Amino acid sequence: MSTATIALRDEVIRLDQTESREARRARLSSGGLMAGIGLVLLVLAFRTKGEARYALSGYFDAVQLPTFSLPGLPTVLVCGLITLAVGAGFLGGRLNPRLRAGAATLAGIAVMLGLVTWAASGVGLPFQISNQLAGTIALATPLVLGTLGGVLCENSGVVNVAIEGQFLVAAFTAATVGSVTKSIPMALVAAVIAGVLMAAMLAVFAIRYIVDQVVLGVVLNLFASGLTGFIFDQLVQPNSSQLNSAPIMQAIPIPLLSSIPLLGPVLFNQTILVYLAILSVFLVAFLLYRTRWGLRVRSVGEHPEAADTVGISVRAVRWQAVLLGGVFAGLGGAFFTIGSTGAFNKDITVGNGFIALAALIMGRWHPVRAALMAVFFGFVTQLATQLQSLSTPMPSQFLLMLPYIATVIAVAGLIGRSRGPAADGVPYTK
Amino acid sequence: MTNDTSGLRLRGITKRFGTFTANDAVDLDVVPGEIHCLLGENGAGKSTLMNVLYGLYQPDGGQILIEGVPQKFTNPKQAMAAGIGMVHQHFMLVEPFTVAENMMLGNEGGFVLDKNAARAKVRELAERYKMPVEPDAVIEELPVGVQQRVEILKALANDAKYLIFDEPTAVLTPQEIDELMAVMQVLRDEGKAIVFITHKLREVRAIADRITVMRRGKIVGHAEPGTSEADLAELMVGRAVDLRIAKSAPAAQDVRLQVRDLKVANAAGGIVVDGVSFDVRGGEILCVAGVQGNGQSELADALIGNIPPLSGTLTLDGVDITRARPAATIGAGMGFVPEDREDDGFVGTFSVAENLVLNRVTQAPFSRGVALDLGAIAANAEKLKDEFDIRTQAVSSPISSLSGGNKQKVILARELSRDLSLLVASQPTRGVDVGAIEFLHRRIVEERDKGTAVLLVSTELDEVEALADRVLVMYRGKVVGVVGPDTPRDVMGLMMAGASHEEAVRAAAEQPTPLVEQVHEAAVHHTEASEGQEGNR
Amino acid sequence: MTELTTPATKRRATFQWRGIAITVAAFVLALLVGAILMIVSDPEVAGQFAYLFTAPALPLGAAWAKVSSAYAALAVGALGSPAALAATTREAAPLICAGLGVGLGFRAGLFNIGAQGQAIVGAILAAWVGFALQLPPVLHVIVALLAGLLGGALWGGIVGYLKAKTGAHEVIVTIMFNYIAVGILAWLLTTPAFLRPGRQDPISPEVHPTSTFPGIFGQLHVGFLVALLAAFGTWWLIERSTIGFTIRAVGANPNAAGTAGMDVARTTIITMAIAGMLAGLAGVQVAIGPAANGVPTPLSQGIVGSVGFDAITVALLGRSRPLGIVFAGLLFGGLHAGGLSMQSIAGTPLTLSMVLQALIVLFVAAPGLVRTLVPFLRERRAVVAGGQA
Repeated sequence: MSTATIALRDEVIRLDQTESREARRARLSSGGLMAGIGLVLLVLAFRTKGEARYALSGYFDAVQLPTFSLPGLPTVLVCGLITLAVGAGFLGGRLNPRLRAGAATLAGIAVMLGLVTWAASGVGLPFQISNQLAGTIALATPLVLGTLGGVLCENSGVVNVAIEGQFLVAAFTAATVGSVTKSIPMALVAAVIAGVLMAAMLAVFAIRYIVDQVVLGVVLNLFASGLTGFIFDQLVQPNSSQLNSAPIMQAIPIPLLSSIPLLGPVLFNQTILVYLAILSVFLVAFLLYRTRWGLRVRSVGEHPEAADTVGISVRAVRWQAVLLGGVFAGLGGAFFTIGSTGAFNKDITVGNGFIALAALIMGRWHPVRAALMAVFFGFVTQLATQLQSLSTPMPSQFLLMLPYIATVIAVAGLIGRSRGPAADGVPYTK
Repeated sequence: MTNDTSGLRLRGITKRFGTFTANDAVDLDVVPGEIHCLLGENGAGKSTLMNVLYGLYQPDGGQILIEGVPQKFTNPKQAMAAGIGMVHQHFMLVEPFTVAENMMLGNEGGFVLDKNAARAKVRELAERYKMPVEPDAVIEELPVGVQQRVEILKALANDAKYLIFDEPTAVLTPQEIDELMAVMQVLRDEGKAIVFITHKLREVRAIADRITVMRRGKIVGHAEPGTSEADLAELMVGRAVDLRIAKSAPAAQDVRLQVRDLKVANAAGGIVVDGVSFDVRGGEILCVAGVQGNGQSELADALIGNIPPLSGTLTLDGVDITRARPAATIGAGMGFVPEDREDDGFVGTFSVAENLVLNRVTQAPFSRGVALDLGAIAANAEKLKDEFDIRTQAVSSPISSLSGGNKQKVILARELSRDLSLLVASQPTRGVDVGAIEFLHRRIVEERDKGTAVLLVSTELDEVEALADRVLVMYRGKVVGVVGPDTPRDVMGLMMAGASHEEAVRAAAEQPTPLVEQVHEAAVHHTEASEGQEGNR
Repeated sequence: MTELTTPATKRRATFQWRGIAITVAAFVLALLVGAILMIVSDPEVAGQFAYLFTAPALPLGAAWAKVSSAYAALAVGALGSPAALAATTREAAPLICAGLGVGLGFRAGLFNIGAQGQAIVGAILAAWVGFALQLPPVLHVIVALLAGLLGGALWGGIVGYLKAKTGAHEVIVTIMFNYIAVGILAWLLTTPAFLRPGRQDPISPEVHPTSTFPGIFGQLHVGFLVALLAAFGTWWLIERSTIGFTIRAVGANPNAAGTAGMDVARTTIITMAIAGMLAGLAGVQVAIGPAANGVPTPLSQGIVGSVGFDAITVALLGRSRPLGIVFAGLLFGGLHAGGLSMQSIAGTPLTLSMVLQALIVLFVAAPGLVRTLVPFLRERRAVVAGGQA
């Protein structure tokens, strides 16, 4: 052959490109969504009276920062217009694709600001920004840990719908062991062991006995709920002073950093679990993308046969990933008891495991993105609680539904068919 | 062979799956500096044998000897350590990984990945074996030929002495095949021992130093490199075969399918069919030839209505079907044999009978209102089972229990049991054994003779030559040219790589490739044969 | 299809025997694990085990007393009398309906984790018709029933629509829709339309007697017959209708179904709507079916209990086949009915039946594990494998 032909074959084929069907659908649905919310904001704007006050400091903070005000109607109006404009840009396809992410973020901020301003306008109390941030961190911590557990599991090709069950058993164990030993470290260790044991159940049924993994997760959640419920009823509740009064983790201020106004107490005066959660994000990202083990985990999640042919034991790597995932889920579960009131109650995790799963999918199986989605969920949930206390016109039940509705919108509108690891949920059999 | 112990020897390898014996006391010798062709049909047990050799399966009996030392491989790592490398038919490459990541997988060095070292290693191997690849390219973005290069380099990475090439040419262009043959020859001359698994006789004749033929799990013979294709085919199939079917000249009729300026995008948005226009007349077979991935699949999908075209028009018997969904195109008389039959052709868990009415179940006599008529469905199945010689235990057996050829017969039976105006068949004989190929080809020609327009998409030049009345060659979504079925193979090959007809004719005359040289005789023989056939008309 | 030739029938018979044996073994294993759980979580009994080597009769006797009294109460409560059997059917009716909804989803390749929300919406609408409208006796039940079916179909259909049109994963969406349904119920119970006059806690008025499923014997009421009818209807739909053919084809291989001219998106929506309708029927069962005290439970936060999640186990145990689901529903219904008597008579918490339920399904889903644990079945497998050879 002539060299020309060979050169021809070497170049990467670049076809004329049109917008893919997926991208088009995602663009149109997010555009429609934003335009719709923008219109709602415009309607709300004209029903907004007075001004909204935002407090940067809590009532009891040592350093009091000023409280500032935004005029109600103009703020909501501008926010609505921005959202509408971004939505229209998406719908019309005029927006430069590179600007889309930025524009969508802008619209997201506008929606939040607009909603809060509408809700807080004309209300006597100011909106507590520091509360919002602190609450976000508190709610996001178990979600971040849980979603990281899921990230490890699913990158290796095992679907984990059982994060909820892992949370529940770990929360229970942390509470009882903490109550008996009166020791936070012991409670944490026990929670980790509980998380790993639940993960082991997932692994043995999914990897060894090839049970459908979604179904398995649901049944494991039921099992966890029944198991903790039964022992709680039979053993713990009748002896709650000995078995259900664990110590509560105390905040550990980091010198200097914790005295930064506003952000200091939020980020640097937290419990050990919060610090662990933040570190874990980077640890998992490092493990997955920078180490031999991570390369193997991702390879068995994508193409187990390829891993097998280079001598990697697919099952062993999956076991490792699932069990390590259990460590993080266990830590996350501990937060519900020893990070909160120190006491366990039946089904105390109230669906947080599923939110962690949603964060995992919306973060497209990437540890950092998934953690950010978990923080977003924490933010929305906290926002709902805050708005509730402002006695806004919206019924509180609807506010509490916000995170779930946000998930549906995100999964249906913004993400659509997100692509996970190719072999996720596919058992490996030779 | 001889008694000397050099090289790799398989002795009496037996491998059973349940009651099925995939390998029955197989002996095979592979010696350095030699290309040993293992020839056999799909399902003859070639891949099983190689998976045993590579440690992926444990044999039930027999021995693997390297330099006279018995080996026991319980996983591929041990086989690799013993110097065996494998180029898999379905590449064992992790698609979202880069070349370097794929090369280091399983052999990463320290706990923290050293990507620079991996890149250097890729460059060094690429340099050494003259197979250029970019270490940071992501596999899924590379053309198939380059992916295979990575697969070969991966096999060579730990200085393999024994290389297994498992059906390596299935996905390659004729030119890429030539290049692969050249690479294999270079490796042989370096002293590597090569096992080349294939069912393509032409390639065997072009490159083999030694030929072993397998059938139904057994070694059925050895052949010299000079053995004629007909003899090799007979050895492989177990009886005399004639792949050319008797076929009369097409009776010219009216245009039934009209395609004009068709543009189609794939799921990722790449325009893969770019301004294609052609007609298919009743009573003729138009073959769309081209290398896999040049838009033929999307063309077929656009015809049946699985992908809406971006622009252009499709007209069937004067009716516009450009935007019709499959239900409507099927209703308009289009028969469709999809390229990926497991994925698009049938429902694996459904019975043969159910699959035979898959696209007609809502019509009489198979249902009344919304109630299925199980009797009619079963009767239809019994009738088609006999007519199309579908080998199944019962029509109530799930179709997944059938062989590839019989699955394809079910699909063809389903499509041909209706009155068709157009039959679109993509790769109708891929992965089908020779006996079924003959049958399927005959039925397609019969359908043509009934006046149906037939559009056949094929990447196999043998099939194109056997069936086509006209050949449309596609390259990167465009029509390179429409030629007669008697166009020489090397010209066709060059057209499939993008050359126009004239360029291809000129280049083929000036610079015959090594493979073309070696198979020239066969091509001439073939042309004579088809001339003879024409004489018979 | 159903016309099976002799060898296939033989194979199927063998398969069913194995299936039943595995299920029985799973049940026994689950009871064993439950027994261990009871012993270790009871401080008095567990405490006796200090004497295991000195006076083995003490711990073993205590353990036996504990376990046997609990399981005896369970068995008596589920099967011990005609009245107990009637109670079992009452518990089983919603489980069967919701199980059919989940099972239908499975057959179509959809994980309907949303039976809980669909049942809640069904219960809301049926109950509202029951307490807010005044209608003649038979008509009232039918209107309430239809309202509940509509509610479930709507709640499931939205998920189907989102799945078909945007590709949103139904597992996530159905889970979220469960929580949204809970939120809507919580909100409705604060509105004048739903809140019982004179009450502050979230509870609705009682439904009128005209809209209640008539009782037949003891706790057995017409709702159970409705559930059986639903099972038959679902069987006919799946196995004998073109809709079911399409649903099964799309479920097993959407690409091939689409290429064969079936409308995959529409089928997904229809399937989820029908699945939701069946789960909604479970909501109807609890909203207008008489409870143990003879009148339907008024609408409140926990009205449907965990029927939507139990339904998943029912569908799994019944292998997504309507007849299997009926039996599985009866089994778990018995577990619930017996669990209640276990709680009241033997003082063992009802939550144990949830553990048993999860364990049974886990064991059934992993026949390999059951065979490892029960050597008898392992031998059978060898014989069966030989028979197939």
